[in-house]
Amino acid sequence: MANVFSGLSEKLNHVFTKLTKRGTLTELEIKQAMREIRIALLEADVNLLVAKDFVNKVSEKALGQAVLKSLSPTQQVIKIVSDELTELMGSVNSKLLVSSEPPTVIMMCGLQGAGKTTLSGKLALHLKKSGKKPLLVACDIYRPAAINQLKVVGSQAGVEVYEEGTKNPVSIAKNAVKHAKQFGFDTVIIDTAGRLHIDEDLMQELIDISSEVKPTEILLTIDSMTGQDAVNVAKTFNEKLEITGCVLTKLDGDTRGGACLSVKAVTGKPIKFSSVGEKLGDLEPFYPDRMAKRILGMGDVMSLIEKAQEAITEEDVKNLEKKMKENSFTLEDYLSQFDMIKKMGGVNDIMNMLPGMGIGKLKNVKPGEIDESKIERTKAIIYSMTKKERRDPSILNYSRKMRIASGSGTTVQEINQLLKQYDQTKTLMKQLKSGKKRFPFM
Amino acid sequence: MGLFSKIANSLKKTKDKISDTFARVFSIDRIGEEFYDELLDALISSDMSVTFAMDVVDNLREKMIEGSVKDKDYVKNALKSALISACSEVEEFDNEYPLVIMMVGVNGVGKTTTIGKLANYYKKQGKSVTLCAADTFRAAASDQLTEWATRADVRIIKHSEGADPSAVVYDAISSATAKKTDVLIIDTAGRLHVKANLMEELKKMSRVVEREYPDADFVKFIVLDATTGQNAASQVETFDEAIGIDGIVLTKLDGTAKGGFVTSMIAEKGVPVAFVGVGEKIDDIEKFNLDEFIDNLF
Repeated sequence: MANVFSGLSEKLNHVFTKLTKRGTLTELEIKQAMREIRIALLEADVNLLVAKDFVNKVSEKALGQAVLKSLSPTQQVIKIVSDELTELMGSVNSKLLVSSEPPTVIMMCGLQGAGKTTLSGKLALHLKKSGKKPLLVACDIYRPAAINQLKVVGSQAGVEVYEEGTKNPVSIAKNAVKHAKQFGFDTVIIDTAGRLHIDEDLMQELIDISSEVKPTEILLTIDSMTGQDAVNVAKTFNEKLEITGCVLTKLDGDTRGGACLSVKAVTGKPIKFSSVGEKLGDLEPFYPDRMAKRILGMGDVMSLIEKAQEAITEEDVKNLEKKMKENSFTLEDYLSQFDMIKKMGGVNDIMNMLPGMGIGKLKNVKPGEIDESKIERTKAIIYSMTKKERRDPSILNYSRKMRIASGSGTTVQEINQLLKQYDQTKTLMKQLKSGKKRFPFM
Repeated sequence: MGLFSKIANSLKKTKDKISDTFARVFSIDRIGEEFYDELLDALISSDMSVTFAMDVVDNLREKMIEGSVKDKDYVKNALKSALISACSEVEEFDNEYPLVIMMVGVNGVGKTTTIGKLANYYKKQGKSVTLCAADTFRAAASDQLTEWATRADVRIIKHSEGADPSAVVYDAISSATAKKTDVLIIDTAGRLHVKANLMEELKKMSRVVEREYPDADFVKFIVLDATTGQNAASQVETFDEAIGIDGIVLTKLDGTAKGGFVTSMIAEKGVPVAFVGVGEKIDDIEKFNLDEFIDNLF
């Protein structure tokens, strides 16, 4: 699959090629651009009706907008779309409701395999860490060994698990709340069996549990890889149970996760957490802005920027800027850049956050598969140079290269490759300085 | 029979809604931009790959003569037969004995449940079956598989939680060859395809089977949840690159999702769908039938 993001940018660029002379976005251009946006949303698994609705809203906003000087029309449209997506998905809201009369009851629900049991464990640990005393309740009496799974998860989190085997889930839930009151648990997390939203009997069971224990929170667990069907699932669960929020699971994959937009659109309920791994600590608040960019295939640029801010000091940036201005970027600076990358978590980490990388923009380079040892080799080459050579690589003749190759355990060919890359970097910097090219989305 | 009609029934539940989408398409009088746009959207609504849906629509556009649709059934049938012919070049899944099936897939797609059903399926055909609990990672996974082994009345080989999955595979092969088992089914831990180290672990397990059991027909099934969207393509692609995928088992078709993504996997990647799962009961599984599947998409 092609890189969806560059695909979208390219297509939008094409739509806007004629725009440069006029000052505003015209109706036809917007229409064409919106078709591309719609397809991008569909490719991200946003439900068709939700996508159409969204595109109509955005068209109205975009129409007649003055073209900003600082942004290209493509960037501008993407900005409008991304802002609008962010707004639609709500604000960062990971606070769990607390009952005025303890215990607070949290009921988990969702389809089979959405990740309820693992999530119950994560929530339990999260609550325990914030000073609560949670109780896990095993109400999945159907799936073989589901109770055992919750017990194991509970012991990993250090949280007690209440179970009565495969008795009636409604009475298990009721008894669990009683147990919680008696033994001073302030939060009860009820893990229910996965079920199809169209399974009337099992949906009734959830309604019965809910009316028996009156949960403070009813959280719908949604697999972030869900496709068009997410609307049917969310709509039915919400209609039958009046959910209070959603949790998005398995976000550590390469899915664009458009399902969360569908879910939010049909339920109007907040997405409270995103769950990103199998370790019990892997629970994060839901960040709408990052999700918007992910849906548009723009990767987790925010996380990347945050990491960069952590790893790179202002001084580093000033230094780099100065070098760019003076066009005095040397191989020593090249070396220090590798260190910055390392501080940001290594190339593989960065790759994972870059737009479209998960879907395999570079067919042969997948996240997690970049050979970091290649970087080590490059570093070895530079370390084997004299200071003079690092500052002025143009003096490198064949005999110098031979010496460096044997010193670093590499080949002359590899050294030539490095020099070529270095030249390209320098050229790029010149272009950036002269404003011929812009950084994307900066 | 009956089971695919069960699928037909379960698909019928949503048929109204889907037909709505298609009804809207076919209510458009002129075959033009709007018609093809709506048709594309309707196909994508079944979670068909966007690029594949575009190809299908483009091909159909070439075949149809611009103008008003006189016979809407004609267009519909042309679309159906285009899809069927695109998918029918791939040979149906078939196997020999002794058979080793390795089940792989992302978390929560229904691997363990499917193994229970398959154990029962082969048992009913008079084959001896052994299960291998190589998901040593997920809490209580081997308990779950043991329960299915009991239900299907087949043997199971397991280690303790946290054991090396390849070691479990090794033991299961020794046991299966000693007992001359016809079918050995290996359960693996669910893993997201982007986790390189976990994919390496799968490769290792696969190598153990190839090395220790060269006489067996070794097939690798990827289990895909029908509820999944466009990400299914990436899953198949990555698992295929790692270990080579021989077939798809499409699960949870008893919901409202249609699993349209398998069309492009058959047509473009040449991976056949071997089985479909339609429920939680032990006999809720059947061989895939392309014509009925396509028929039910509309």
